[in-house]
Amino acid sequence: MSAATPGNAVSTGRFTRVLIYVTLLIFALFYLLPLAVMLLNSVKPLSEITGGNMMALPKVWTIKPWLEAWSTAQIGVQPTGLRPYFINSIEIVVPAVVISTVLGALNGYVLTKWRFRGAQVLFGLMLFSCFIPFQIVLIPMARVLGLLGLAGTVPGLILVHVVYGIGFTTLYFRNYYAAFPTELVRAAQIDGAGFFRIFWRILLPLSGPIIVVSVIWQFTNIWNDFLFGSSFAGQASQPITVALNNLVQSSTGVKAYNVHFAGAIYAALPTLVVYIVSGRFFVRGLMAGSVKG
Amino acid sequence: MGFLDIANVTKSYGNVEVLHKVDISVAEGEFLVLVGPSGCGKSTLLNMIAGLEGITSGEIAIKGRAMNGVHPSKRNIAMVFQSYALYPNMTVGQNITFGLEMHGTPKPEREAAMKKVAAMLQIDKLLDRKPGQLSGGQRQRVAMGRALVRNPDVFLFDEPLSNLDAKLRVDMRTEIKKLHQSLKTTIVYVTHDQIEAMTLSTRIAVMNKGYVQQLGTPKEIYDTPANIFVATFMGSPAMNIVPARVVMQDGAPHAEVRDASGGVQRLRFSQQNLAGWQGREIALGIRPEAITDPEGADRKSGNIQTLTNLVGVTEPAGSDTFVTMALSGKDVIGRMRADAAVVAGQTFEFAVNMEKAVAFDPATEERIAP
Repeated sequence: MSAATPGNAVSTGRFTRVLIYVTLLIFALFYLLPLAVMLLNSVKPLSEITGGNMMALPKVWTIKPWLEAWSTAQIGVQPTGLRPYFINSIEIVVPAVVISTVLGALNGYVLTKWRFRGAQVLFGLMLFSCFIPFQIVLIPMARVLGLLGLAGTVPGLILVHVVYGIGFTTLYFRNYYAAFPTELVRAAQIDGAGFFRIFWRILLPLSGPIIVVSVIWQFTNIWNDFLFGSSFAGQASQPITVALNNLVQSSTGVKAYNVHFAGAIYAALPTLVVYIVSGRFFVRGLMAGSVKG
Repeated sequence: MGFLDIANVTKSYGNVEVLHKVDISVAEGEFLVLVGPSGCGKSTLLNMIAGLEGITSGEIAIKGRAMNGVHPSKRNIAMVFQSYALYPNMTVGQNITFGLEMHGTPKPEREAAMKKVAAMLQIDKLLDRKPGQLSGGQRQRVAMGRALVRNPDVFLFDEPLSNLDAKLRVDMRTEIKKLHQSLKTTIVYVTHDQIEAMTLSTRIAVMNKGYVQQLGTPKEIYDTPANIFVATFMGSPAMNIVPARVVMQDGAPHAEVRDASGGVQRLRFSQQNLAGWQGREIALGIRPEAITDPEGADRKSGNIQTLTNLVGVTEPAGSDTFVTMALSGKDVIGRMRADAAVVAGQTFEFAVNMEKAVAFDPATEERIAP
């Protein structure tokens, strides 16, 4: 006799089970196909792509397209490769993620534990910012950046992403902290801890899951952003998404598909890494607000 | 002037006044219990003493120093919360010393204070554990340790035992009492449990709807409740309140009640002064333990009256047997000895200790006598 567990709660026959797994496997392969095509073709010489089958394994393995995409490929007018733009992206993404997460955490802390008149309305307005389409703010934002003297710079892009991200990060942290016992904050107040001390010593150490959610969300969004990058970046501050577009769109001579594939993987790699490293915390964090632990 | 003075304190949220002119003066070393049903304002008052809620008007002073507007951490108070509010990310030791750390106490002193408190509460083996690894009773001890280590002027307890199971609650209650007896600190304790209030306190403030209904020693509250609310709130089972008429017989006031079959019975009052109430209706309050079988009656009482009535329901509770009967149209509970020969559906001669009877004005619900 075995106890009921989630694993045997519904008993399924062997045939059903095989059917389920085969179906799942087919779907998994289907979704992996684009990545596989990109990987395969990025390690082939160009002649094999133009002359052969997209799906075939390379006859000659080469890492030349990867090197070329990284450091010598023609991006727009400069043969710099993607490297400087990759660095630009990191310079934009890291501060933008950190700042928007910290501000979101502080907002969530204030909106739940230091309630003031109008807090609910303010939160509603911040939530509203999550629904504003990017395109609407392009012109006003360009004007603001111009007035601040940040047009075409990395700090300008950081500002744009922080402003756009606060709505989301505030939402995450507010909902997380709403389930956080207020008595803890009161106890810390009586113990003599101030506003920031309570935040730093009590709330933040317990915010692991929601920090991961916020970081993943912000990182993927900002890294993958194309619109703001192409609209507000100058020559020297373009992010990798814009550079990848320039690489692929440059129409001088032959299209080096293998280099394009390698470049695309470079552009997608950091978000993939972030997901793989912290993906399991992501789900845990999303659940944390809804189910009281 | 007392050690902790609550003078004319009110609390309003917008236009709604939730506490009305509360006036309590607590002497040093007193154990004051604020008791009342939920929503009576007792926790609000405690939070105001702690400084977690603002004071709308009036003044709260500790040791003669006005506390209005003073930050909680500057009041030299410590509080034990209902949910214990232990910091989950810190060990027991860190939880206990966090307050000292925030007040800038040097580490060696913190360690010494922690060791002393941990030994006193028998939690010295748990110091390296996280709160999540502790049982309810252990968490309760840690929460008290966190309060004790600060050596505050006033301890505030916000329903500290309500999350514990019944047996542990009784044990911890005794421990809190022991702690108070050995430390002689001033304590303000909020609870909705009238037994906790009776057993722990040196004085009780019974609250209802934002008013202090009565402030007094447990005995005063129990024997001479100020009104029907206090009478029925304190004591379990609650005090019986039955309509009665005051009649004079042989020169002494009697309470005239109707038994289950509609017959009139008279119970003679003792010392209760009912001048001016002759011939008028009162609400007669009799505690269940003042209605007994004749053998179980209080021998010290100078006025045991006999009441013959039909037994409605008997509920043997092991130590006692509770009997429900109808009196003046109300269900009345009496407490018999465990093996008293009461049988449901038969008449029985009850002994009523009228020395303990209380008379209330049925209109205002205030006590008339004693």
